[in-house]
Amino acid sequence: MWNPEIETLPRRELETLQTIRLRETVERLYQRVSFYRQKFEAAGIKPEMIKSIKDIERLPFTTKSDLRDNYPFGLFAVSQEEVVRVHASSGTTGKMTVVGYTKNDIASWAEVMARTLGCGGVTKRDLVQIAYGYGLFTGGLGMHYGVERVGATVIPISGGNTKRQLQIMMDFKATVLACTPSYALYLAEGALEEEIRIEELPLRVGFFGAEPWSNKMRQEIERKLGIKALDIYGLSEIIGPGVASECLVQEGLHICEDHFIVEVINPETGAVLPAGEKGELVFTCITKEALPLIRYRTRDISLIYSGLCSCGRTHQRMHRVMGRTDDMLIIRGVNVFPSQIESVLLEIGETEPHYQLIVDREGNLDDLEIWVEVSERIFSDEVKKLEELGTKIRREILSTLGVTAKVKLVEPKTIPRSEGKAKRIVDRREVYQS
Amino acid sequence: MKVKQISVFLENKSGRLAQVAKLLGEHGINIRALSIADTSDFGILRLIVNAPEKASQVLKTANFTLSETEIIVVQVPDHPGGLAEILEIMENSQVNIEYMYAFVGRTSEGAIVVFRVEQLDLAIEILAKAGIRLLDGAEVYD
Repeated sequence: MWNPEIETLPRRELETLQTIRLRETVERLYQRVSFYRQKFEAAGIKPEMIKSIKDIERLPFTTKSDLRDNYPFGLFAVSQEEVVRVHASSGTTGKMTVVGYTKNDIASWAEVMARTLGCGGVTKRDLVQIAYGYGLFTGGLGMHYGVERVGATVIPISGGNTKRQLQIMMDFKATVLACTPSYALYLAEGALEEEIRIEELPLRVGFFGAEPWSNKMRQEIERKLGIKALDIYGLSEIIGPGVASECLVQEGLHICEDHFIVEVINPETGAVLPAGEKGELVFTCITKEALPLIRYRTRDISLIYSGLCSCGRTHQRMHRVMGRTDDMLIIRGVNVFPSQIESVLLEIGETEPHYQLIVDREGNLDDLEIWVEVSERIFSDEVKKLEELGTKIRREILSTLGVTAKVKLVEPKTIPRSEGKAKRIVDRREVYQS
Repeated sequence: MKVKQISVFLENKSGRLAQVAKLLGEHGINIRALSIADTSDFGILRLIVNAPEKASQVLKTANFTLSETEIIVVQVPDHPGGLAEILEIMENSQVNIEYMYAFVGRTSEGAIVVFRVEQLDLAIEILAKAGIRLLDGAEVYD
């Protein structure tokens, strides 16, 4: 355990700590962020009204569109001089969701990430191969700072280049792997091709996140790589990876509750649900300086386990993510909203496109195929021009969303419609099955 | 001298071409010439029929995506080098050919070739000047 004192803090003390931090955060936001001040005032909330943890329910929610409306830095609670880092993830339309960190935020992030690593028993004697992407995506750098905090050795290889990943894993004797679960399976497959017995390498534990995965997939990873596979959870709006992590008991993900208050709500009514009931995860940041969001609606569906874990940690556990309340897809770790693809098609065809996204997993990697109905507007009787159209759509999708897709032109009215509305997504991956 | 052609978008799956042919047949429309350009995913069926407007309507009602284009139909001299002669005329005047296909007419005065060109009027003018016979709509449709 990385921080036994905090991680096993009795619940009463933990809740007292949460209350103090929540009140401080609300006070600070009230003073510094006009968006929140207006929101609190509209809801009739004064900071001093927050007396207990239960009072959080009186606070308004924050959504992804609030971040978009205040793009890029409008919700920051500190001046730019204090911001030492930004990250970004894809938004529902053209604009990205931008998040910022102060020096203290980076330290908190390293701390919560260190706890994640501690959940898998990582110490300074370990070598951690980080195959999450580095860059605006929080996966690579978030993990990186956590590993350094623990004092283990970072192998910052970033994503891709399977052959080199395997070579380094073998030569450096990596003991820990961090990447998306689908990439872990892809590595296992690559090892088979290279005739490397990956299950016999020193690798013993893996931290997998950034995309939903099933228990079945966990078993497959554990068997093929000969490791313990742990599910980790996070999102850039809250901090990045490090929000919650499974311990070796593998019965839910411990949430770092001294940094983030968790709630599960009914996505339709907004009512808070009791432990054990399935709903939308909502987080409130209570230690963040640059971007402390209040009751941020994640759109992820999960539940909170009642009772404590046998590992001794007192922090509550969430179930692995069981679905989404919106139509967001995660493709090779990249968040993709159908609305983004729609905007790309709109720009090209200048008219409302009929399309369908077919997501599948081929050889353990996600495969996105976009079927576009050919309307008279975009039809040309020259093969060359139609092929150029396909290439153009593919190129635009890659540059705006950062994912490669296959484009298939199909005849009109061939995409199934229900009640006049086309079914936009066919996901054959079964990622949300337990 | 411009002749109407209908181009239909077809997905590369079995039975699509047959369906177009059947639909036209059921409505008493006669296909005078056709060609298919295809890739692994889709094909473009180009048709010259005796009743272009009616054919468009029938196919649109059946949800096909199509476009109407104008092409020229040239009677190519029936001897070796006949086609080369015509292509040379077009090249000299920088007429770009998008695509072309041949079809067998009912008269046997030579091969009949369909040209889709960028500069339609220019092509008509220079070919006529060179004494090349172009078929008009009535001749092609009937």
